[in-house]
Amino acid sequence: MQVKLIRRKNGLVVRLNGELDHHTATVFREVIDKELSKNLVHNLVVNFENLTFMDSSGIGAILGRYRQVKAKGGKMVFCGLSEHIKKIMQLGGLLTIIPVCSDENKALASLL
Amino acid sequence: MNYMKMEIPARSENESFVRVVVAAFAARLDPTLEELNEVKTAVSEAVTNCIIHAYDNIEEGIIMITVSLDGNKLSLEIEDYGKGIMDIEQAREPLYTEKPELERAGMGFSIMENFMDELFVESVPGKGTRVTMIRTLGKKHTWDSH
Ligand SMILES: Nc1ncnc2c1ncn2[C@@H]1O[C@H](COP(=O)(O)OP(=O)(O)OP(=O)(O)O)[C@@H](O)[C@H]1O
Ligand SMILES: [Mg+2]
Repeated sequence: MQVKLIRRKNGLVVRLNGELDHHTATVFREVIDKELSKNLVHNLVVNFENLTFMDSSGIGAILGRYRQVKAKGGKMVFCGLSEHIKKIMQLGGLLTIIPVCSDENKALASLL
Repeated sequence: MNYMKMEIPARSENESFVRVVVAAFAARLDPTLEELNEVKTAVSEAVTNCIIHAYDNIEEGIIMITVSLDGNKLSLEIEDYGKGIMDIEQAREPLYTEKPELERAGMGFSIMENFMDELFVESVPGKGTRVTMIRTLGKKHTWDSH
């Protein structure tokens, strides 16, 4: 899995490419936590458009980042969810706490 | 009945490999993409549990995976020889996790239950665990006109 970070005015965009499972969750954590620890951005937009697989390891890893963002007073927004990933997130209760936008620009705009 | 068996060490880089192999084997039932995704997720949950829980991330542990086809019924058996589960009922509860410090959500068994038709968990503490899951695939074919 590739994790691409793009620093934007309203927050950090995280573009995921590939599969998010127990094996790749480590990369996801490390890359995002390193950036968050710089304290330059508090908001996170996670773009799932090119994520082809996710399981409960992904739920746990996302919740972990969500808690950090929350603790710093930031917001987290999702975009680009496929039906399958949406279903996994629903089961994990993520969609009741994290807003979903159709694309990255809308997600960034929602953080204004 | 057609089947295949594979044995892998409990290494996390094998998780994606198992998903691909199981999906390729199940593909002969002509499942929908959604069905295939759900089967892949269920098998990923079971294999990940062997690695994290049964063997506590010790990579020498062995995981046996058996996939069999009977008509359009797919059976998956994931077996480990690790520490076993003391209280299966508690383990299967949504949100229950033994390892919250590893950012586990406690959703693995719930996802397996949701995505498969049947889920059986057998375990002997100190000996190991066997998870069996069954799902009928390609149901659409019974009424698809072409
Ligand atoms: N193969 C196994 N061997 C030993 N214990 C297991 C095994 N599979 C599951 N368990 C136990 O059952 C619990 C629940 O499993 P489940 O997959 O639902 O959640 P989790 O693995 O803790 O979290 P998640 O799957 O969301 O990452 C685990 O925390 C663990 O205690
Ligand atoms: Mg699990």
